[in-house]
Amino acid sequence: MQIIYLLIGVSFSIALFFLASFLWAAKNGQFDDDYTPSVRMLFDDEVEKENINK
Amino acid sequence: MELEKFNYDNKIVRNFAYATLIWGVIGMLVGLTAASWLAYPDFFNEYLNFKILAFGRIRPLHTNAVIFAFVGNGIFTGVYYSLQRLLKTRMASDLLSKVNFWGWQLIILGAVITLPMGFTSSKEYAELEWPFDIAIALIWVAFGANMIWTIIIRRVQHMYVAIWFYIATFVTVAMLHIFNSMALPISLMKSYSAYSGVQDALVQWWYGHNAVAFFLTTPYLGLMYYFVPKAANRPVYSYRLSIIHFWALIFLYIWAGPHHLLYTSLPEWAQSLGTVFSVMLIAPSWGGMLNGLLTLRGAWDRVRDDAVLKFMVVAITAYGMSTFEGPLLSLKNVNIISHFTDWTVAHVHVGGLGWNGMMTFGMMYWLFPKMWKTELFSKKLANVHFWIATVGILFWTLPLYWAGFMQGLMWQEFNPDGTLTHEFIDTVTFLSPYYQMRVLGGTLYLTGAIIGTYNLFKTTTIGTFVADEAAEAAPLNKNSRFANEGWHGALERKPVKFIILSFVAVAIGGAIEIIPVSIVDSNIPTIASVKPYTPLELEGRDIYIREGCNNCHSQQIRPVRFETVRYGEYSKAGESVFNHPHLWGSKRTGPDLAREGGKRGDYWHYEHMQNPKGLSKGSLMPAYPWMRTDDLDISMTEKKISAMRTLGVPYEEGYEAQALADLQAQAEKITKEIVSKMEADFTKEELEAKFEELKTKEIIALTAYLQRLGQDIKVEK
Repeated sequence: MQIIYLLIGVSFSIALFFLASFLWAAKNGQFDDDYTPSVRMLFDDEVEKENINK
Repeated sequence: MELEKFNYDNKIVRNFAYATLIWGVIGMLVGLTAASWLAYPDFFNEYLNFKILAFGRIRPLHTNAVIFAFVGNGIFTGVYYSLQRLLKTRMASDLLSKVNFWGWQLIILGAVITLPMGFTSSKEYAELEWPFDIAIALIWVAFGANMIWTIIIRRVQHMYVAIWFYIATFVTVAMLHIFNSMALPISLMKSYSAYSGVQDALVQWWYGHNAVAFFLTTPYLGLMYYFVPKAANRPVYSYRLSIIHFWALIFLYIWAGPHHLLYTSLPEWAQSLGTVFSVMLIAPSWGGMLNGLLTLRGAWDRVRDDAVLKFMVVAITAYGMSTFEGPLLSLKNVNIISHFTDWTVAHVHVGGLGWNGMMTFGMMYWLFPKMWKTELFSKKLANVHFWIATVGILFWTLPLYWAGFMQGLMWQEFNPDGTLTHEFIDTVTFLSPYYQMRVLGGTLYLTGAIIGTYNLFKTTTIGTFVADEAAEAAPLNKNSRFANEGWHGALERKPVKFIILSFVAVAIGGAIEIIPVSIVDSNIPTIASVKPYTPLELEGRDIYIREGCNNCHSQQIRPVRFETVRYGEYSKAGESVFNHPHLWGSKRTGPDLAREGGKRGDYWHYEHMQNPKGLSKGSLMPAYPWMRTDDLDISMTEKKISAMRTLGVPYEEGYEAQALADLQAQAEKITKEIVSKMEADFTKEELEAKFEELKTKEIIALTAYLQRLGQDIKVEK
């Protein structure tokens, strides 16, 4: 069952990666606004006439 | 601030969308063929008895095609479309996008060719042989690099929750794939897993479960968080909940794998760990499911008219059902009924057909009109597709739930005198009508997919494709670079890059440290009487792997009375220490084979492979007539012995020199035994000719392997 050390090691590294990402995201202000992003993604301003048609 | 003008790359999205639809139809067609095999085995055995069509070969082709070709291309379609828009940035590298697309299609093509040819590692959902494993890793990294590069040069500071799901998908799948694929190549298309027995099983299901988690779930949740609000034209119910959903889900999912190994010889604490995390998973799963459904609050009237929303609602509902069922199946008292039966198969198809399939088609019906600047060709056809698919899912899953539940209970049933009520074969013949209903369900679902593909294709003909969609956005205000900063200073200001590099460093370090230890230590057999396979048995085992016998036969007897009475002593971890890879299996379409050795004579196996139904009335098993006619390939026997020794199987140094002689001696012994049973029908000369003809054939090696199973710790009576 030594393999469990490998799996725990890898799983923990991934967990640490996500933890670090989370801390970075929180510090970076990614979660400061929990409303606007959900609305902003709805708006794709289309620049119709400049489309390059193929 | 000046607005920057740029274009979104729609061409790559279109290509992936086409690939999704084409591979989807092909993958489902292969699935339907596999399902038909089980429903109409006589027809297949009579008219379609080809090597490349045997159930054990096309079942992995089906799973690989629908997971990696259909859903995989679906992921890329959705990610390449949404990522660019969410970040207001074109994909960083068109070249990497193209490498991703063509590389992925070539790998799939390789799978379509090599899996039916019998080139398989036998590890579920990772059957492709090692050259493909390397290719998958490279192409996957090309995808991830392109995505992360795009994130770094983005024009929107905030990363919408969908992007988090995409990042988690990339990082975790890369890790899982690499560690699960560790193998020692013998030749271009043959390798042995670096892990053995219980360790291999644990790695396999750590991967297998997370393939579900991080390939079929997290990317599609990202797509849900993008396409459902888009299609409904209203923001997600709670953005805050989506963030909690994401972090909770990814921290819990990775530990749930051992629930695939309940009651096996995996140590009990590891099984319990898997159960606990699986039960906890219901919270984030349902949080996400409700978040998706509630996004439609106040817009339910639109669901009535809009086919896109209909597909998505059914998809999210299916997600809710299968993530409710998952924790249930992880409980030992439920698992003892469900495991090895068709219940599990029904469970994954609620997820596959419902969640992935319906979400994919919903997304496509929304995407095609957008990219071709037109209306959908026919809303009516889309509705027809929706209803056929939904009814198809019901016809598919309900009979199999019932079949699995009943079979699980039948296996457990005892007579008052303590004998088993049902022979295994009785539980197989019982399933026949349910298998036929599944074929109907699958046919309906596939018909829907074909109608959908036709509808989408027609949409492309009435619209004008916008290959490069113009867009404009203000650039991100980046910090100015300090004049004299070193490379690390620059790295520190790029957190994404920094985190990834340190993660890679940690992982490589850990791997180098741990892999050798795990390989060396696992060689010590915990049971002294367990010996390595003889060369002939080893070759027979490779035939077993090639034919995919493990798709229908488990080699793992659970420590409960109804199993030990039927099959014999329960399986011990020490018994499979030399098994690279393990062949425990996950499904019993046929009976368990862990103690098959010695139960029947050699001649029985010889006849059974030719005509399974003749010896076991009602059997679904394909016949393998080519095993009697094809010569055993012994060109790599010595290499195989050496490879096994490298992996830690204790063959004596220099045994290679003697291996072929031993192989021939054992083959002659078995052939003599088989031929002796034919004495009544043939003359002495004919028998001698038979002996000479048979002794080099594949059937002899397979028989040797089957007769060895479970013999190591057999108690002589």
